[in-house]
Amino acid sequence: MPAKKDARKSPGSTSSDATPRPVPQSKQPAETSGELHREIRRPSSAWVDNLLMPALAVFTGLVVGGLIIAVANDAAITAWGNFFQNPVAAIKASWDAIIQAYSALFGGALGNPADIVAGFQTYFATGQTAGLYKAIYPFSESLVLTTPYIFLGLAVALGFRCGLFNIGAEGQFFMGALGAAYVGYSITTLPWFIHLPLALFGGAVAGAIWGAIPGYLKAKFGAHEVVNTIMMNWIAFRLSDWLLNGPMKAVGYRPVTSTVEATAELPRFFPDPLRLNWGFPLALVFALLVYWFLFKTTLGFEVRAVGANPDASRYAGMSVMRNFVLVMTLSGALAGLAGATQVLGTDHWVGQGFSAGYGFDSIALALLGKSHPLGVVLAALLFGILRGGATSMQSLARIPIHIISVIQGMVIIFVAAPAIIRWIYRLRIGTAEQTVLTRGWGK
Amino acid sequence: MTTVLELRGITKSFPGVLANDHIDLTLEQGEIHALLGENGAGKTTLMNILYGLYKPDEGEILVRGEKVDIHSPNDAIARGIGMVHQHFMLIPVMTVTENVMLGIEPTRDVIFLDKSTVAEHVLEISKQYGLEVDPDATIKDLAVGTQQRVEIIKVLYRSAEILILDEPTAVLTPQEVEGLFKILQTLVDKGKSIIFITHKLKEVMAVADRITVLRGGRTVGTVSPKKVDPAKLAAMMVGREVNLVVRKKRAQPKETALTVKNLFVRDVRKNLVVRGVTFDVRKGEVLGVAGVQGNGQSELVYALTGLLPIENGEINVLGKTVRKLTPRRVLERGVAHVPEDRQKYGLVLSFPLYDNLVLCNYYLPPFANGVSLRQKVIIENGEKLVKQFDIRTPSVYVNASSLSGGNQQKLIVGREFSRPIQLLIAAQPTRGLDVGSIEYIHNRIIEKRDEGTAVLLVSSELDEILALSDRIAVMYRGQIMEIVDASETSKEYLGLLMAGIAASQTAIAGAKPKKEVKEVERVF
Repeated sequence: MPAKKDARKSPGSTSSDATPRPVPQSKQPAETSGELHREIRRPSSAWVDNLLMPALAVFTGLVVGGLIIAVANDAAITAWGNFFQNPVAAIKASWDAIIQAYSALFGGALGNPADIVAGFQTYFATGQTAGLYKAIYPFSESLVLTTPYIFLGLAVALGFRCGLFNIGAEGQFFMGALGAAYVGYSITTLPWFIHLPLALFGGAVAGAIWGAIPGYLKAKFGAHEVVNTIMMNWIAFRLSDWLLNGPMKAVGYRPVTSTVEATAELPRFFPDPLRLNWGFPLALVFALLVYWFLFKTTLGFEVRAVGANPDASRYAGMSVMRNFVLVMTLSGALAGLAGATQVLGTDHWVGQGFSAGYGFDSIALALLGKSHPLGVVLAALLFGILRGGATSMQSLARIPIHIISVIQGMVIIFVAAPAIIRWIYRLRIGTAEQTVLTRGWGK
Repeated sequence: MTTVLELRGITKSFPGVLANDHIDLTLEQGEIHALLGENGAGKTTLMNILYGLYKPDEGEILVRGEKVDIHSPNDAIARGIGMVHQHFMLIPVMTVTENVMLGIEPTRDVIFLDKSTVAEHVLEISKQYGLEVDPDATIKDLAVGTQQRVEIIKVLYRSAEILILDEPTAVLTPQEVEGLFKILQTLVDKGKSIIFITHKLKEVMAVADRITVLRGGRTVGTVSPKKVDPAKLAAMMVGREVNLVVRKKRAQPKETALTVKNLFVRDVRKNLVVRGVTFDVRKGEVLGVAGVQGNGQSELVYALTGLLPIENGEINVLGKTVRKLTPRRVLERGVAHVPEDRQKYGLVLSFPLYDNLVLCNYYLPPFANGVSLRQKVIIENGEKLVKQFDIRTPSVYVNASSLSGGNQQKLIVGREFSRPIQLLIAAQPTRGLDVGSIEYIHNRIIEKRDEGTAVLLVSSELDEILALSDRIAVMYRGQIMEIVDASETSKEYLGLLMAGIAASQTAIAGAKPKKEVKEVERVF
């Protein structure tokens, strides 16, 4: 369905330069102009940092993407060639290209509003569902794409909260899919209410193991989790190659697993071809669970404390190492669940190239969501929509699908470098302290 | 005397606060003018305005009677105003000469750096003003005090007539402070004028010709040190009478709370820094550990609190011998630790106050119910402690990073003192704090002692040790030189011990312990 081509390249690599800390703490100088000054502006500053800045980053990313569309379009290029004869036509051609591309993108992701309204009218008037299902198909597909993004975004965000940079979500996702698929097709005699939870659990465990290994290596030997999760990714890819061509290969020529049993499938809400299934609400439930864990439990308190200041956490009697292992395990389990829901709800089998960059996108996504479960859900929705509409943008507006990666990359740059956004929109928050940083001789 | 600099009615407001409110200041040629005030009084804002980093909302600046606009540090330098920052602006891998010429590099034959001319000039300046510095030395090899001299040379090299020094003594050892004061005297003798920013009373009394006190962004007054005493200055700074003397009753020690026998500890670099330390602390007394910083005191505290492993020796906390200490076990036994690095160990700066106030007991009832936190109780606890410990903050919801240093320390003190504790380990509890906060924390420590808590106080401020302790252990190179009774010792005697001169030698040195020092004046 959606082009799963090269999305893994751009957002993943741009965000690797970004700071792994989810919530950048601006260092306060020992003495500034007065403590009251800082205290008063804090509530508004939190609002700006957590909501306005990401929203402006997305908006700016879309604008920059629009500019690239405007110059990358054949009609526009021709029109700009004749700029001096007819400047209006050149500008108009570019404008048209942008409008066309974005309406194709969002139309392809959300559906045509008129069709949806008409679909509902027919449904209520005659009880016929065919038109309605056709109209909501694009949005259903976008939510299908959003589902793994939510799980993976939560996985990476959880790591960020503990000061860990889990680049291994991709591999954990893959392993989770394989684990769930194995439980799904190899057991044939269980009722669904045992088989389905077991298959989900199988995926979570496979992902958890893949996350726990680098977590343990970090805690025990101080090996950096970035390096080890990357290594674990490659092991996962090659291991899956072997599994799909050997032990887990279904009968036939293609390197794929068997289809999972119906008892292990996550039920779908609508008939084919709509693939929206219980995986999506399950992802939302897990977002709530992660929120509860992080902010309402003693364990979550420790995780956040260790992430924000490991020295103070040790001083306060927490075990930093235990938290590293715990968080990497849970993070891996969430990524594994992403794979499990993808297999059990959407694909029903696993093939080579299954993961296709979801895990890497989710690093960017967690940054955009400020490592907060709610932010992750919103960012996942955005990424799902972008990915969902990309194909239609390519076919209708002839805009290369990679422009989506460019937009995602732009958004991440703007999230990672908030100074750019502050400068563009003249947001003056915190400048009084920033000025002090420029002191000294010279310019 | 001529007036070299005059600030008239300088006003600067930031959103929500008036940082400077019609401040007037005059600087005469050849004087050291101290700008005294608590943290947040507006000293640094005022100097940043003078140095062109902020633009004032109102008011004017006159240099030698001429009204000037200063828009940038370059403008300030052009007017002969130079600033020596608290945190040095030096490049560690470059030499003194290279650092001095940075930004205005002279060249020979168009493209070649003319280092030798600069080096000569640096030597000339250092000779003229008594600033001993080797122009070819690399910055990172120099002591902090010497690095500061390089900063001063940098300013003089740019022909500054007016020097602003922002908290210059904060990073110096007592000996280096002495050296700095001599340099400042030489500078004014040669006609330079100096503004000296500080919150330490002792220093302004020692070095200033005139003192302007700021409080809450306003000028409280300008006085001469000959006509005021520290108590008066402190009252001007804080806005109320400050008790410079810790009033305490004679200690009534009870049973032993902490016994340390022949303790050896290695630091993180695996050097043996605590070498065979033995002492005990009893309930209801303060044992002060004095010593020049870096003689193993920090590691001693970290070992006692489980943050560093013990190499050898025995620790008995509240009647139980502990072999392997973990921070949690130490805390649960009833030990409170006020760490010397409050931002590194004491607080999670990005957490709100109420979370910081339960950092050590968030998992215990009433703050937790099994695995889930009881947010409401935690916030109520925060509000109670903020009130009880007089932590100045608009609410408990702000992050710890938004508090001033003094209030951050009160936050830690509030958290540690509110737990049921029997032994308090406090390391440098008042470092960098202003007079008001120091007074507050000292009184709280004595209060705890009188409640029957054993207190181990580690401080490199001898005045603090003398003011609070009942017995004093002096550490030198990882060992305890001697443990003396605080009422039968003197500052001079302790100073000799701190320098590693043992008791047997002191008779030769001629310093005899002074008798009965009951109330020690606390001047910082």
